[in-house]
Amino acid sequence: MTPDPGAGSVAIRLRGVTKTFGRGDNAVPALRGADLDAMYGHVTFLVGPSGCGKTTLISIVAGLLHRDGGELSVLGEDLSTMSRGVLTRWRSENVGFIFQAFNLIPQLTIAENVSVPLVIRGARRRDAVRKAAEILEKMGLGGRERSSPNKLSGGQQQRVAIARSLVHDPHILVCDEPTSALDASVGRRVMELIAGVARQPDRAVLVVTHDDRIFPFADRIVHMDDGRVTQTEDRR
Amino acid sequence: MKWFALKMLFGDVAKFYGILLGLTFASLLISQQSSIFVGLMSRTVGFVRDTGQADLWIFDRDKLFVDDQKPLRDTEVDRVRSVSGVAWAVPLFKGLLSAKLPSGERETCDVIGIDDATLIGGPPTMIEGRIEDLRRPEAIVIDETSRAGKLALPAELAPGDVLFDFDPNDRSVVRRPMQVGDVLELNERRAVVVGIARTTPTFQNQPVIYTTYSRAKQFAPANRRTASLVLVKALDGVDPSELARRIEADTGLLAMTPDEFSWRTLDYWVSQTGIPINFGIAIMLGFLVGVAIAGQMFYNFTLDNLKYFGAMKAMGASTQRLLGMVALQASVAAFLGLGIGLGMTSLFGLNVAGDRLAFRMVWQIPVITAVAVVIICVGSAVLSMIRVVRLDPSEVFKT
Repeated sequence: MTPDPGAGSVAIRLRGVTKTFGRGDNAVPALRGADLDAMYGHVTFLVGPSGCGKTTLISIVAGLLHRDGGELSVLGEDLSTMSRGVLTRWRSENVGFIFQAFNLIPQLTIAENVSVPLVIRGARRRDAVRKAAEILEKMGLGGRERSSPNKLSGGQQQRVAIARSLVHDPHILVCDEPTSALDASVGRRVMELIAGVARQPDRAVLVVTHDDRIFPFADRIVHMDDGRVTQTEDRR
Repeated sequence: MKWFALKMLFGDVAKFYGILLGLTFASLLISQQSSIFVGLMSRTVGFVRDTGQADLWIFDRDKLFVDDQKPLRDTEVDRVRSVSGVAWAVPLFKGLLSAKLPSGERETCDVIGIDDATLIGGPPTMIEGRIEDLRRPEAIVIDETSRAGKLALPAELAPGDVLFDFDPNDRSVVRRPMQVGDVLELNERRAVVVGIARTTPTFQNQPVIYTTYSRAKQFAPANRRTASLVLVKALDGVDPSELARRIEADTGLLAMTPDEFSWRTLDYWVSQTGIPINFGIAIMLGFLVGVAIAGQMFYNFTLDNLKYFGAMKAMGASTQRLLGMVALQASVAAFLGLGIGLGMTSLFGLNVAGDRLAFRMVWQIPVITAVAVVIICVGSAVLSMIRVVRLDPSEVFKT
C-alpha cells in the first residue's frame, strides 16, 4: 500500500503494541500495549521517564525492531509482513533519522555525510553530494560543504544531521533526543529548524525528548510510562 | 559506499598508519627472512648448479650432502667408466684447504680439482683468463666475490711479491683485489692465480679455488681416497635414471641426477640442522607481529566505526553492503602493506645481491607472504564483520 499523505491524516497508528526483550526469568517488557496516532504534517513528541519505552516505540515505528503483538500501520504498511531486505529498503526510502550523538562520520566532509542516505538508495556519489550541498545551503551551512564535522560546533553538527535526515525526502522523521547534547539556545534553534524545515504535509515527525524547554514546538505530546501511553496532549 | 569506506580508512590517520605499519613489517619480515633462508639453502647446492655438464653425480653411499667429506678411491672412476651407457666419467676433488696469502694471512678455501684432460667440472663463467690456463704449472682460478673480499691483499703488494711483516689486524691498510699473477700457498705448495671465475657463493662463504684434479691431490694432505665425486655423462639415447641404477648395482656407489643430488643436500640441511627452525621462528614472529599490530588495530578500527555502521544500517544500508565496505578496507590495507613490505624486501635484496648475505626471492615467497597477509586481514576482517552482522540497528538510539 502506498502512503496516503496529507496534513492531518494518520501516518502512524499503533494499537496495543507490545514488545518484550529476553525470555523466561530474564524477560523485560518494554511496551505493554502502546497506542499512538501520529499525523502527517505534525510534530509529535514522545515524553516520559527513562525506560518507559519511548526508544523501543520509535525503533518499531522506524522498522528497526519488530513488535511482539498488537497492530501497527506505518504509512499504511504492516512492517511485520516485510522481509528483512524489503524492510531495509523501506527504511532507506521512507525514514529519516536524527540521533542524540549526531553520528556524523568524522572522516567524511559534511556534504558527504549528508549524501549518505542518497548513496545508500543507489544515487551516484557526485549527484548525491551536489544535492547535499543544496540542502546544506538551506540549513545555513553553505560554503562549508568540505568541512570536517569535527570542525563544527554542536549546533552546526546537529544541523548537518538534520540535513542528512531530510536529504532523501522521507515520510517519517525520527528524532532521538535531538537537543540533549546542546545548550538551551542552540537546542531551541535546532528545534525551530526541525519544526520549520522538516514539518511538511507529507511527513510525520516523531521526537523523543526529555527536554521540556522545547515542548512549545510540539503539535502533539504523547506521555508514556511503564510501556504504555498514559496521556495524549494536543497543542493545536 | 566504496568511496566512503576508503575515506573512513584513510581518514583515521593514526589507525591507518598503524595497520599499514603492522602489515608492512609482517610482509617485510616474512619475505625477507624467507628469501635469506632460500638464499642460504641455494648456496648449499650452488656447486651442483654451477657444474652443469654432467648427467649424473656419483658418490659414496654415506655422503649426505655436497660438502660431506666421504672420499672415493681413484679406481672407482674406472669402475664407473666400465658401466655400459657411460659416455664419460671424470673424477672431481672438492675439499677445504688452508691457503696462505702473500700477506701472510691464512684463509680456508673450497678447493675444487677438475679433470686434467677435459677440464669438465670447471666454473660456469670465466671473467678473466681462460679455463685452459689451469694447464699451466701451479695454476689456480679464484672466484670473483672472494678476490675483493677474503682474498683481498694490501694495495702496496705487487703481483708475485710477498710481505713478511704485515699486521692483518691493521684496519687502516688499503686493500686491492687479488689478481692474475698473485701467488699464494696451499698446504705449503705454491699456487699462481691465472684466472677469475664467477661462481655461486658457498654456504660458509669460503673463497672458491679451481685447479686440476692432479694438482688438487698435491695440495691436499696425502690420502688413499682423494676423489670426492665422479661426474658422469650418459651416452646419447641412454636414460640417466636407468644408467644411475646400473652404476649403483655395478659399483655399490650412489648415482643421482643433479636435481636428485641437490634435493639430497637440501634435505640434509633442512632435517639435520636448526636453520629452518631459526628462520621459521623469525617468520612466525613476523606473522604474529602482523596479527598483534595490524589485525588488532583493524579490529579496533571497525569497532570504533561500529556506531557509524549502525547508523548506516538504520538508514537502510544492507548488511552485505556494510560487509563489502569492511572487506574493501581490509583488502586495500592488505594490498598496500604487502606491496610496501615486498618492495622493501626487494630493495634489500637488490642492495645485498652478490654480497656476503645470501638472498634469493623465488616467486613462491611473495605468494606465501601474500597468503600470510591475507590470513591476517581476513581474520581480523571476519571478526569485525561478525560485529557488523550482529549489529542491531536499533542500537543507534543508545549512546
